[in-house]
Amino acid sequence: MAHEVCVNQGGGRTVEFFALLGLGGVLILGALFAFFTLEHHGHVLTGMNNQIVWGLPHVVAVFLIVSASGALNVASIGSVFGKDVYKKRAPLSGMLALALLSGGLGVLVLDLGRPDRLIVAMTHYNFHSIFAWNMIFYNGFFAIVGLYLVTLMERKLKYWSRPVGFLAFFWRLGLTTATGSIFGFIVARAGYNSALMAPMFIIMSFAYGLAIFMVVQASMYSWNDLTLDLTIRRRMKKLLAVFVGASLYFTVVFHLTNLYFAKQWDYEQFILLDGGIFTVLFWVGQVFIGAVLPLSLLFINRSQGEHLVSFSVLAPLFVVVGGLCQMYVTIVGGQAYPLTLFPGHEVRSSFYDGVVHAYHPGIYEWLLGLGGIGIAFTLTVVAVRVFKFLPQDDFKPVLMRRSTD
Amino acid sequence: MSDSMNSKLEDRRDFLKAGGLVAGVTLAPGLLFYGVAQSRAPEEGASSRQRWGMLIDTTKCGDGCSDCVTACNTENGLSGKTGPQDSQWIRKVDVKDLRTGYVQSLPMMCQHCDNPPCVDVCPTGASMKRADGIVLVDRHACIGCRYCMMACPYKARSFVHEPMHDQKPDVPRGKGCVESCTFCVQRVDKGEQPACVEACDAKGHKAMLFGDLKDPQSAIFKALKSTDSVEVRADLALDTGVRYQGI
Repeated sequence: MAHEVCVNQGGGRTVEFFALLGLGGVLILGALFAFFTLEHHGHVLTGMNNQIVWGLPHVVAVFLIVSASGALNVASIGSVFGKDVYKKRAPLSGMLALALLSGGLGVLVLDLGRPDRLIVAMTHYNFHSIFAWNMIFYNGFFAIVGLYLVTLMERKLKYWSRPVGFLAFFWRLGLTTATGSIFGFIVARAGYNSALMAPMFIIMSFAYGLAIFMVVQASMYSWNDLTLDLTIRRRMKKLLAVFVGASLYFTVVFHLTNLYFAKQWDYEQFILLDGGIFTVLFWVGQVFIGAVLPLSLLFINRSQGEHLVSFSVLAPLFVVVGGLCQMYVTIVGGQAYPLTLFPGHEVRSSFYDGVVHAYHPGIYEWLLGLGGIGIAFTLTVVAVRVFKFLPQDDFKPVLMRRSTD
Repeated sequence: MSDSMNSKLEDRRDFLKAGGLVAGVTLAPGLLFYGVAQSRAPEEGASSRQRWGMLIDTTKCGDGCSDCVTACNTENGLSGKTGPQDSQWIRKVDVKDLRTGYVQSLPMMCQHCDNPPCVDVCPTGASMKRADGIVLVDRHACIGCRYCMMACPYKARSFVHEPMHDQKPDVPRGKGCVESCTFCVQRVDKGEQPACVEACDAKGHKAMLFGDLKDPQSAIFKALKSTDSVEVRADLALDTGVRYQGI
């Protein structure tokens, strides 16, 4: 029995598998089309400009990178904190982390003004730059998590999984700290420039990464006509609720501290009250869909009923949507609000000083962003088909049904 | 002591005297010029003995005049278009005091900070500060990540969104790279003034004063010593090379 469960690729469904592969492939092809077009014609074809310099591709990229770090959390809880349920999910967690990071970095690279100079970025490091440190963290993440996966999946190296797991744990904390600091270190913009950015990104990464993990896990179980044990489902739901709650707490503290500083009032008014799309995305996307709704679903006590779409899948999906909204508000909203050149003065110029900047993502930005998701999706689909990433719990035969919750 | 021995000693003295004279004649001018001139030949690198800067008197800056902008565009091969994706290295900013309603106009460009955020954040080191304080972008190392544009407090940088044609030989620009005011480094290195300053002088406003902030004999040094001037966003402590008076 256990063997059948472990051999994930033996389940057939070849047509469906290739259909999924085709879907991922189409998304990747779309991103490549956008990349070559922009490489030839320049970013003039995008909605990005000299005011909104980071747009939709960066929203998706940073979301995927942050989620990658968070997806590894499941493995960390197993290896670092010794929780057996999570240990069995460590390989899937590590693989998902690598897939998500690949997707995020893929978008970042494809959106560069000079992607042909990637080798320059890999060989010339300005160690004053948190961006340069991020590159080291990203490359190191691939190496360390790759090694971690080997120790998890090769019996002879099992002993090393704990120390390497520790290293991966601290490395990803560093990675997310550095990613949050990309924004925290921008001194001049009202929307960034906060020491809270780093810890806030870490806690958000926990929520986004676990949410994606839960969706992927549920999909794999469903694909194999298996049911995840209710106790495990409840544990993960509670953990997700803690992370979502903590993310909401950091969001509240971030805006409250801003509201305490008179010089930040205008920015807060922009995001919270009259920022148009950014205000809508903040309240409806980030707060309601990303936090209030999933928390409500996660805390509802229900009997073991049968449901078409489980709350334990729906809630994480809402967290993912809310996470993308949060990134949009943080990254694009932070740029849309104008720089303060002369405090207490109104400024006007031909270079759009003093005005809220408009951003309308074009088709190429959408293609790049979806391409990043496509890379992560395709890598995951292939990996779970080829390797034994399905968590190897001790299943009871009676649970072989398509129940959810 | 024999005669032959004496003669050898005299020869040696003569040789040392002659050698000393030759060495003195060879080295002295170089040492003297080094001490006096403190300037550099065109083929030499920039020197930290200088720091180029600008003092802008906003009370002299003509309302509605944009000759500095036009001169910059002409000198550096910019189109002069003002769409959201077009490059603008210098722009006229109207600043209105919200309490009093007083409006003044001033040119805004790269402030050539001594602690430039753009240089700090650039992952590859393409954003760099020359020894003489001019902040530039190395067009061969810029990967077009635009992090410097996020970091600049003065919105001084532009991203080249389109392929470039008919560029100025002295001012290479490239699609996918970030660019900004260079203080017309190609002119400064020849001992000339930046194009904007020259245009402002030609118009008769004389609102822009360019020079070496470290040279006590320079006009800008003397002006800064006798006038109250401010840095824009002085709270950020970036020690800008461009200073303003009258605001």
